[in-house]
Amino acid sequence: MNSNRTVIRASGITKIYREGTADFRALSDVDLEIRAGELTLLMGPSGSGKTTLLSILGCILRATNGSLEVLGESVEKLAEAELPRIRRAAIGFVFQGFNLFPALTTVENVALALDVRGVKRREAETRAAELIREVGLAEKSKSYPADLSGGQKQRVAIARALAGDPPIILADEPTAALDSTSGKNVIELLRRLAHEDGRAVVMVTHDPRVLSYGDRIIHLEDGRIVGEETRREFEEIAAAAAMA
Amino acid sequence: MGLLARRNLFHDKVRFAVTLTGIVFALVLIIIQFGLFLGFTTTTSNNIDHSNADVWIVFHGVGYFDTGRTFSERKFYQVLAVPGVAQAEKYMQAFARWKRPDGRIENIQIIGVRPGSEMGQPWNVVSGSAAELKEEDAILVDEVYREKLGVQKIGDRVEIGGHRARVAGFTRGIRSFTTSPFVYASFKSSLDYTNPTSNEADVGYILVKAAPGISVETLKKNLSERLSDVDLYTTAEFSRKTRFYWMFTTGAGLAVLTAALMGLIVGVAVVAQTIYAATVDHIREYGTLKAMGATNSYLYRVLIEQAVWSATLGYALAMIVAHFIVAGSEKGGAVILMPMEMKIGMFFLAVLMCIAAAIVSINKVTRIDPAMVFRG
Repeated sequence: MNSNRTVIRASGITKIYREGTADFRALSDVDLEIRAGELTLLMGPSGSGKTTLLSILGCILRATNGSLEVLGESVEKLAEAELPRIRRAAIGFVFQGFNLFPALTTVENVALALDVRGVKRREAETRAAELIREVGLAEKSKSYPADLSGGQKQRVAIARALAGDPPIILADEPTAALDSTSGKNVIELLRRLAHEDGRAVVMVTHDPRVLSYGDRIIHLEDGRIVGEETRREFEEIAAAAAMA
Repeated sequence: MGLLARRNLFHDKVRFAVTLTGIVFALVLIIIQFGLFLGFTTTTSNNIDHSNADVWIVFHGVGYFDTGRTFSERKFYQVLAVPGVAQAEKYMQAFARWKRPDGRIENIQIIGVRPGSEMGQPWNVVSGSAAELKEEDAILVDEVYREKLGVQKIGDRVEIGGHRARVAGFTRGIRSFTTSPFVYASFKSSLDYTNPTSNEADVGYILVKAAPGISVETLKKNLSERLSDVDLYTTAEFSRKTRFYWMFTTGAGLAVLTAALMGLIVGVAVVAQTIYAATVDHIREYGTLKAMGATNSYLYRVLIEQAVWSATLGYALAMIVAHFIVAGSEKGGAVILMPMEMKIGMFFLAVLMCIAAAIVSINKVTRIDPAMVFRG
């Protein structure tokens, strides 16, 4: 994949929720570019709009105002029925709660993402088994989610997100429910997807353990981007803070 | 898609059992109610439908089978002289008093027929024979009324209208819509049982068979030109009139029909609720599928496949349960019928109900807030 090309371009993104007669502004005028080959962290306190922004970037929620381009295609002009096509073609999701299907085995969970894309069952299961191997869970391919640890579940979820070979991975607090070792394994896996596979990985987090892994860190507060640092800048700030 | 539909159904066995129970309950309820309606309807016209006659001649104004109005035997001989008549038989239906061996009195409906005739004979004779009716005082009763009538075996003696009668055989499945069981006797005996003081051989009905090559309509036309003060019906017409009378002009039929419709409504509601609840249980998974790029049509297919599986398995179990209930009803007072057409119809009804219920759920699924998938 072509590293550093822009895969998502958002400008002036505003999201207003109507709650009864009152309006709640979840995002205000957000400008953002997501590039291939980078692990971008979206950070901010609860209620800052991180998940809303991730939903909009993932084309499962529409912005009230602003424009969004995914792989060069303008999303806001597309009909609602077109959005699943964009998601299938461009985006893989990783959820904090894993969102695996408890009735399906590990391989079947991954194969389901291919089934949604119209891939024949046998081919889907072969590809799913490869992905399960790639995330290091070959021996668990026939296990059900209930028999996996949190870290293993999240690796299955990542394999599922990769099933359609999407150039963009959107992860919502993927380490929040994991212990430190599992969390480290997952974040390293996501970083590898960005750096080695050239995918754009966007990760919502407020887990300070993962800060050092991000290529870019975007800070959100009250629905606005209030700061952005590269990893080098972050490391310099961290070093200065340590010296002080 | 198919895998997910099936696995989601079978994975949570308790939930699946609850869903199936709801469907089975609904289907059995509908089968029983409609089976009762069908049983009652069929029972009202059983004797007509099994008469093997082409035309029924009844006293003018008699609208249904159980009305006891007679006419003179002379009419019977007039009928025999009508062109196109191959055979005619006198037939009697009248209420009478049955005195059990223990002295208790029951009301019965006597059916008087000519023994050995092609028309009007009792059917499903399981012990003894209809031909026995030739014997003096011989009667046939249905085995379901053994206890009510106080007879157990061939040869048991009773009194009907003050005359001796002897059980010569038993039928199976010939029930009366009224509370008075049918008792078959020879035409001659039936007159003694119902009107012992009359010297005149009154006739309740005349059953007519058309000669070969003569249509029923032609036969009816010929009869109507030569007979007065009578009504003429084909067997199907008289059957319909009798059924209509009992089902729609008396409260009994309407009550059964209303119960059947209520059964249908309750059944649909139960199925809708169980399928809906099963869908809502998996709502987060459907949200995840949407986030993964599944189209609404993909979700519809998953839900409809689940509905069809639920309907098929629910139907199979309901049929087993219904089979036992129907078999049990054969020994009870109210017959429940489940003909093949009803079995096939119930399958399609089950599928239709489950799909309709799934469509209600589909609305819920398609309106999922997509952001729900990001909530931990």
